[in-house]
Amino acid sequence: MTTTTTPGADLAPAPTSALSLPRTTATAARVLRQLRHDPRTIAMLILIPCVMLLLLRYVFDGSPRTFDSIGASLLGIFPLITMFLVTSIATLRERTSGTLERLLAMPLGKGDLIAGYALAFGALAIIQSALATGLAVWFLGLDVIGSPWLLLLVALLDALLGTALGLFVSAFAASEFQAVQFMPAVIFPQLLLCGLFTQRDNMHPVLEAISDVLPMSYAVDGMNEVLRHTDMTATFVRDALIVAGCALLVLCLGAATLRRRTA
Amino acid sequence: MMNKASGPPADHLDRPDHPGRAPQTPAVHADGLTVVRGPRTVLHDLAFDVPRGQITGLLGPSGCGKSTLMRSIVGTQAKVSGTLDVLGRPAGHPALRTRIGYVTQAPSVYDDLTVRQNLDYFAAILAPGRAAADRRHSDVTQAITDVDLTTHADSLAGNLSGGQRSRVSLAVALLGTPELLVLDEPTVGLDPVLRRDLWELFHDITARRGATLLISSHVMDEAERCHRLLLMRQGEILADDTPDALRTRTNSDTVEAAFLHLVDQAVEASRTKEHTR
Repeated sequence: MTTTTTPGADLAPAPTSALSLPRTTATAARVLRQLRHDPRTIAMLILIPCVMLLLLRYVFDGSPRTFDSIGASLLGIFPLITMFLVTSIATLRERTSGTLERLLAMPLGKGDLIAGYALAFGALAIIQSALATGLAVWFLGLDVIGSPWLLLLVALLDALLGTALGLFVSAFAASEFQAVQFMPAVIFPQLLLCGLFTQRDNMHPVLEAISDVLPMSYAVDGMNEVLRHTDMTATFVRDALIVAGCALLVLCLGAATLRRRTA
Repeated sequence: MMNKASGPPADHLDRPDHPGRAPQTPAVHADGLTVVRGPRTVLHDLAFDVPRGQITGLLGPSGCGKSTLMRSIVGTQAKVSGTLDVLGRPAGHPALRTRIGYVTQAPSVYDDLTVRQNLDYFAAILAPGRAAADRRHSDVTQAITDVDLTTHADSLAGNLSGGQRSRVSLAVALLGTPELLVLDEPTVGLDPVLRRDLWELFHDITARRGATLLISSHVMDEAERCHRLLLMRQGEILADDTPDALRTRTNSDTVEAAFLHLVDQAVEASRTKEHTR
């Protein structure tokens, strides 16, 4: 075995486990610090969903029932879309700027990086969803029978799913142009099929079958469960678990796209 | 140029081993090293050693495979075959990740963080946990001082000039006192004063910490500042020697002339080989 002649080498904990809490939190703190230097992005992330809900409330001024249903669905869809966009661009930048290569040449686990991003954007999603939910329920008269906390929970799971999807597709994008095109490719079909525009059982059977395997369908289902039932229903639990499971699965797929060695 | 008259500085630096310890393996040992990128073989069957505690210059025209060789040593290059041992372990071994500092050609730092925030983050990856916080802080301050960016510590990396950004990238590699520093063209685009200061820093790092430096460049006058040289051309190593020995062997005044001489020789050799075929 070779001996080291440098002082301080004993300080470096060489073994790198899959997940290290200090490295994960350091990564999350770094991602949030980057965002803090970009206040306009933060403002847009937080304000746009609120403005959209406000707009929607007065678009359906004459039919508050419609606002209830679409508004609740959108509370789940916003975090998914924004986190998808932010994460796919952020990780693409990490890949193209060479910082990803540098990090992976260091003792950083792939799980640390992914969990760090999920943690940072998850925190942001909590703020975004809390403001949007609060605005919708208390000021715009969104009629929710269940607990607003459950709405928040689904919104958070959706944000994680969006982060996971963004991380995953960024591996297949060679430029920012391609990355933003993944938004219509990955998100729009789910948007059309999730039951926002029409009940899923009214769709063509083939489309209904497809919507059954798309995670956003369950996010919208879960929101509507909270809207109509006072208690946590079995369907809600199933929906929440499916969205969480999908997020976890895609996060693992995203970790698999990170390669320490590249051509 | 420095060291020209004082003879090869390699003599007293050659064996930094402490008495009583087992003789050290070279910092990098390659044998039959071949790298394929796509349809092209970028490195052809290389065999060389990089001694410890010295500055080895990796020189050659752009596109000759310098960066690929460096990426292979650091363990980020795919499709590497043959033997490549780094600090006594196969290249890319997880235990090496804290022992090697690596600077890519394009500065790899976060443009939307300040210089200090960049270094704080990378330091936290190298030595995580609250227990190492003080040590991290002094490491970061030292690294910023080393690359002469103290007055810019709180500027966003994206607002710095090209040369300043590449120094931030270099500062990241200095964190955690690595035993081997792999620097891909660290002085490109810098003014002469800064280049001289950085070379003084490089010599200081080898002398004071006993670290090994592998520095690529296509500026030949920097070759004179290295203890040893690896001259590369088209994925092959033309020469592996000290600057003095190279000049003597080729009967040239400068390393640049020696390199051109060796290139001409290689071209001549391949031409006659083709001729006899």
